[in-house]
Amino acid sequence: MTTINLKINNQPVTAAEGETILQAAQHSGVRIPTLCYLEGVQAIGACRVCLVEVKNARGLLPSCLTEVSEGMEVFTHTKKVREARKTVLELILSDHPFECNTCERNQNCELQKLAEEFGIREVTYEGAHSASQVDDSAAGLVRDSSKCILCRRCVAVCSDIQGVNAINFIGRGFDTVIAPAFNDPLNSVLCVQCGQCAAVCPVGAITEKSHVGRVWESLEDPEKFVVVQTAPAVRSAIGECFDMPPGSLVTKKMVAALRRMGFDGVFDTEFAADLTIMEEGHELLDRLKRKLVDGEDIALPQITSCSPGWIKYMEHFFPQLSENVSTCKSPQQMFGPIAKTYYAEKVGVDPARMYVVSIMPCTAKKFECERPEMRSSGYQDVDAVLTTREAGQMIKEAGIDFVNLPDEEFDMPLGASTGAADVFANTGGVMEAALRTVYEVVTGRELPSENLHVKPIMGLEGVKEAELKIERTVTEWKFLEGVTAKVAVAHGLGNARKVLERVVAGEADYHFIEVMCCPGGCIGGGGQPRLTTDEVRRARIASIYREDEGKKYRKSHENPAIRQLYEEFLGKPLGHKSHELLHTHYTRRGKYNELLVEEEKEPEKAGAAK
Amino acid sequence: MTASTEKCSCEVLEEELLATLDDQLEAYKGMPGGLIPALHVAQGLFGYIPRSAIRHVSEVLDIPMSEVYGVVSFYHFFTTQPRGKHTVSVCLGTACYVRGGKRVLEAFKQKLGIDVGATTPDGQFTLEVARCFGACGLAPAVRVDEDVHRRVKPTKIGAILEQYAEEITEPEEAAV
Repeated sequence: MTTINLKINNQPVTAAEGETILQAAQHSGVRIPTLCYLEGVQAIGACRVCLVEVKNARGLLPSCLTEVSEGMEVFTHTKKVREARKTVLELILSDHPFECNTCERNQNCELQKLAEEFGIREVTYEGAHSASQVDDSAAGLVRDSSKCILCRRCVAVCSDIQGVNAINFIGRGFDTVIAPAFNDPLNSVLCVQCGQCAAVCPVGAITEKSHVGRVWESLEDPEKFVVVQTAPAVRSAIGECFDMPPGSLVTKKMVAALRRMGFDGVFDTEFAADLTIMEEGHELLDRLKRKLVDGEDIALPQITSCSPGWIKYMEHFFPQLSENVSTCKSPQQMFGPIAKTYYAEKVGVDPARMYVVSIMPCTAKKFECERPEMRSSGYQDVDAVLTTREAGQMIKEAGIDFVNLPDEEFDMPLGASTGAADVFANTGGVMEAALRTVYEVVTGRELPSENLHVKPIMGLEGVKEAELKIERTVTEWKFLEGVTAKVAVAHGLGNARKVLERVVAGEADYHFIEVMCCPGGCIGGGGQPRLTTDEVRRARIASIYREDEGKKYRKSHENPAIRQLYEEFLGKPLGHKSHELLHTHYTRRGKYNELLVEEEKEPEKAGAAK
Repeated sequence: MTASTEKCSCEVLEEELLATLDDQLEAYKGMPGGLIPALHVAQGLFGYIPRSAIRHVSEVLDIPMSEVYGVVSFYHFFTTQPRGKHTVSVCLGTACYVRGGKRVLEAFKQKLGIDVGATTPDGQFTLEVARCFGACGLAPAVRVDEDVHRRVKPTKIGAILEQYAEEITEPEEAAV
């Protein structure tokens, strides 16, 4: 690789050929402000905030697009540059509602931060203001066009990363809005509600639909018995809400905070993740047996079902694969009915009084908990879903000094978990957890890999594969002797699509595929603290593996509380009670919702955009 | 929409047009930059681009509907509203504007009972704003279809419209 020598603010700097001025500056510790730029996703030079002065160049240049060249002399904060940036910011602010104090992004807004950094004290430009179109039709997301600065980040993640294309630029010039086709409400189109748009929005134009109010209300209600479950990925990120560095592992402080907020039971979605592995692992073995031994026409590969954004994507884009997707509910939705049946009975609480709150790294979980299928306890199984960000805000509102909290443990029994459940947070983790259990069930021996990790499926590569030869099986699984199990892992729906297209075309011979909707897996979910860059993803992933490696039990089937649950209540994996409470079915939707029958369509349309 | 076995003639016509559209779209499948010519075909067939046609363009060319609609909404030429038999374009370019184009536009809006971009309920007229069609010497100018009308005064617009429609539906009646 050729090295380029240039100067930034008179300091000699080296950069690789093809790098931009912005990248060269970032390597050398020079900060250039950006707004529309999004690392690894978008560099379009639209907002003009990253302008720099380059000696002998005509005019100022956008540093996110301009490549370095030998001998280049760059100046990042001359008077000309600062004035140009200020003008740009003032122009953006001139069509922005000054509602910062009441905005969800107050003190966590990239535009507000830039205005502060540039000492903007007045906006001299007067002009028209974009009309406010609030679309709160979707279960997980709310859009407010008046706050939108048209940076295009949301469109870029929705199209280029997720391949969903639910939203785009509509109209032209000042009247441009970001919206679905025809300005249709978000709940009526193929939006999967992954919330990646909300995760990258620099301002408050797209946010999660808040469940904060209903959770406070239930906590205040003496009639309600309120329990909370926390997803694996939350513990690796919620510290960021309190200015702790990404990847700070704060599981026990999080438990302490939730207990102080007044929850009657502080539980762990990881308990349900272990349960998911028991059900999903046995489902895989059952499918293999029925296919290979009984010769039944069973759909394979099996595909994981933990990620509700992925599930809705499958229903729109790959309805033909709905038989391949595991019938297991996601851990969140396994927790709900177990809490409202098994646990309610154990503690003698009327399930009608029980209120189940989830803390999730995810906005699609809000959609998932409202799906009509998710009422197998006789009540809505999960009543409210808070994103990691919402939970962080509530902890602040409760006046809890999070960073200095003592370490506390989850309540039992629904707080017991293994390391296998921890890694559910990471791309590759559900597969690794499943292999830890399935391999041991089939061979009677521990997964033969270093530290129980499956190296080829770890990390941020978009599509990962692994093979595992099965030898010396126990008698019951003799038919798998000598079989090489082939698995694939994809995260980010654009990557998932590549794998699934091969499955549909019959070009892939996998047995099991893990799909996580968001890049990096749940640690990079749409409900996580902003901004999730690859560096942040790596830090969170590493902390999750640390959590896993520090656990007493690291395989789901070893979880004593899960064993007890089967002994006392469920019987066996895939048993009658499991089917009733823990398994589900899917809705064929199609890209235009054309597969939904007319009656189902109508209520979806009811909450139209205001 | 109700699922009725009998279809009115306009539905039959739409289905026929959509079938023709599908045939013609084949030529643009996988073609780089094929979306805009495909939309021209759709607008040529229907006179405008209805929702159903956007869906067909999206499906046949395998381009997301949000993107197809984004392009349709970006270009002034494309319209998702049915067009009238005649198009009235009131020029608001600089010369026409300073010579009272805006008042002429208001008069047309009142007389036709519609806003800019809309079509009269009887399907006779679509009202549009133009930004200079090079008739500045005739300002304020109005174009109806291919005819340019010079130095139009608000009081004269009734006479202009009469040349195109035998009877003009008053807005009050049109609303019924």
